[in-house]
Amino acid sequence: MPGITREEVAHLARLARLELKGEELEHFAGQLDDIIGAVARVSEVADQDVPPTSHPLPLTNVMRADEVRPSLTPEQALSGAPAQEQQRFKVPQILGED
Amino acid sequence: MTVIDLESYEDALATYDPVMGLEVHVELGTKTKMFCGCSTELKQDANSQTCPVCLGLPGALPVVNEIGVESAIKIGLALNCEIAEWCRFARKNYFYPDMPKNFQTSQYDEPIAYDGYLDVQLEDGEIFRVQIERAHMEEDTGKSTHVGGATGRIHGASYSLLDYNRAGIPLIEIVTKPIEGAGARAPEVAKAYVAELRELIKALGVSEARMEMGQMRCDVNLSLRPNGTETFGTRSETKNVNSLRSVERAARFEIQRHAAVLNSGGTIVQETRHFHEEDGSTTAGRIKDNAEDYRYFPEPDLVPVAPSRDWVEELRKGLPELPRLRRKRLKEEWGVNEHDMQSILNAGAVDLIVATTDAGAPSDQARKWWMGELARNANETGRSLDELPVTPAQVARVAELVAAGDLNDKLARQVLEGVLAGEGDPDTVVEKRGLKVVSDEGALSTAVDEAIAGNAAIADKIRGGKVAAAGALVGAVMKATRGQADAARVRELILEKLGVEG
Repeated sequence: MPGITREEVAHLARLARLELKGEELEHFAGQLDDIIGAVARVSEVADQDVPPTSHPLPLTNVMRADEVRPSLTPEQALSGAPAQEQQRFKVPQILGED
Repeated sequence: MTVIDLESYEDALATYDPVMGLEVHVELGTKTKMFCGCSTELKQDANSQTCPVCLGLPGALPVVNEIGVESAIKIGLALNCEIAEWCRFARKNYFYPDMPKNFQTSQYDEPIAYDGYLDVQLEDGEIFRVQIERAHMEEDTGKSTHVGGATGRIHGASYSLLDYNRAGIPLIEIVTKPIEGAGARAPEVAKAYVAELRELIKALGVSEARMEMGQMRCDVNLSLRPNGTETFGTRSETKNVNSLRSVERAARFEIQRHAAVLNSGGTIVQETRHFHEEDGSTTAGRIKDNAEDYRYFPEPDLVPVAPSRDWVEELRKGLPELPRLRRKRLKEEWGVNEHDMQSILNAGAVDLIVATTDAGAPSDQARKWWMGELARNANETGRSLDELPVTPAQVARVAELVAAGDLNDKLARQVLEGVLAGEGDPDTVVEKRGLKVVSDEGALSTAVDEAIAGNAAIADKIRGGKVAAAGALVGAVMKATRGQADAARVRELILEKLGVEG
């Protein structure tokens, strides 16, 4: 079974905006490898005739009518925001300088 | 600001063959968002149209908007697509605060509509078939305001402010297959495609598709390959090109830019680019993440959508006449040429003229007023024709008054001016401004006698058989009556009095 490489963990960490140290990359690579290996055993049991499951219930077409329902007030919407300004969510700098 | 090298357009095309992909996002005109019941009304107070679902609060469960799905199917059908029998939503994960959930609910490998085409007509009448890869359902993002930094752009900003009213508004993304074989006409094809798609969306009634309001936005993907080769070159993706003219300019600019890079031995970087309305240029944005970086996976909170074939067929039956075919029919009914039809379309006057003829006006009159006086007014006041405070029924009434001889063209223009100025409907304006044609034969007769007496030399010429000279006398009478005479009747009177056959 091909292992999860240190590079792959570093890439995932970047996508998830997690700062990992060198030894953590090694550590998680090993752990992720174990987890994926364990999950992969499912595919040994399930053959071509078993489709992948994304939903446990056999439901389709659950839809709602296009009718407006009350929204939160801006105060309620912003009540959990760590910072706000001009009735908007205030977030830290998104990109650095060019 | 770095200067971007450009190859001349002709030289670029002499060496390279452009391949385009167009991605168009359409904001649907539903009353509520795609996955929650928040209103989609524009220009409301910041963060006044949000709820736990569109804010991504823990425990909130989305439910899909029925009209959103219906609209997607209608668009798919109008684009000659297959409609999926079963499809799911997917989470597109990314870190950017325009979605408070940290993902956008979209569709990935199971779009609701796929494998279609749209025939578009180029300016010379040629029909070009654009193949459609897919149309899928997703949601719009929130609106960011970048604070600090010189230009309000994201670069150099010290922080950003987010309004999530727009987050969750239904979007349909329509993606073409690679458009090949357009050659030098690639920019024109791009523009014609977006124009036709916009007309189609409007005809379906699923969105107003106003590009200037961001209800329809286009990404232009473009690459070049040496003429005669098959393999695609590396593409650039120019984002948010938001007018028809810009779509054409962006494609043209990228062809010239790519050619210059390739000719100098460089390579094209796969990146997103920003389009600049002021000069039609593009500049580099971020290097594109790969699809796998979005870690798409099926949305577990939304059950699959499986449109029954009965529903699909019912929607198919309700499709309107395709805009291109409707235009062809109207062009024939109105007896206008391709160029004039294009002008009418560009002016956004097709539906207004149809409504005016429906209100009883002959089509030539309807066209004349909408494309003449009213188009001029719209242009001068920076409005679109449908924003003018005049209705097709009022225009039809003006045409009726002209046909009855109560108004001549000059007076009719003044009536329209009055209607536009809010003075009331045409009859009220005629009444208030005293704009009736002078039909009092006695007054006219006197005016004609005076004109003849005052222009003896011209009168003699007319008596001598130079009937064409009568125009000068007609002019004199019109001047004397301040334009309120029926010019045709004046001419008759002049010839009658001078004893000449018209």
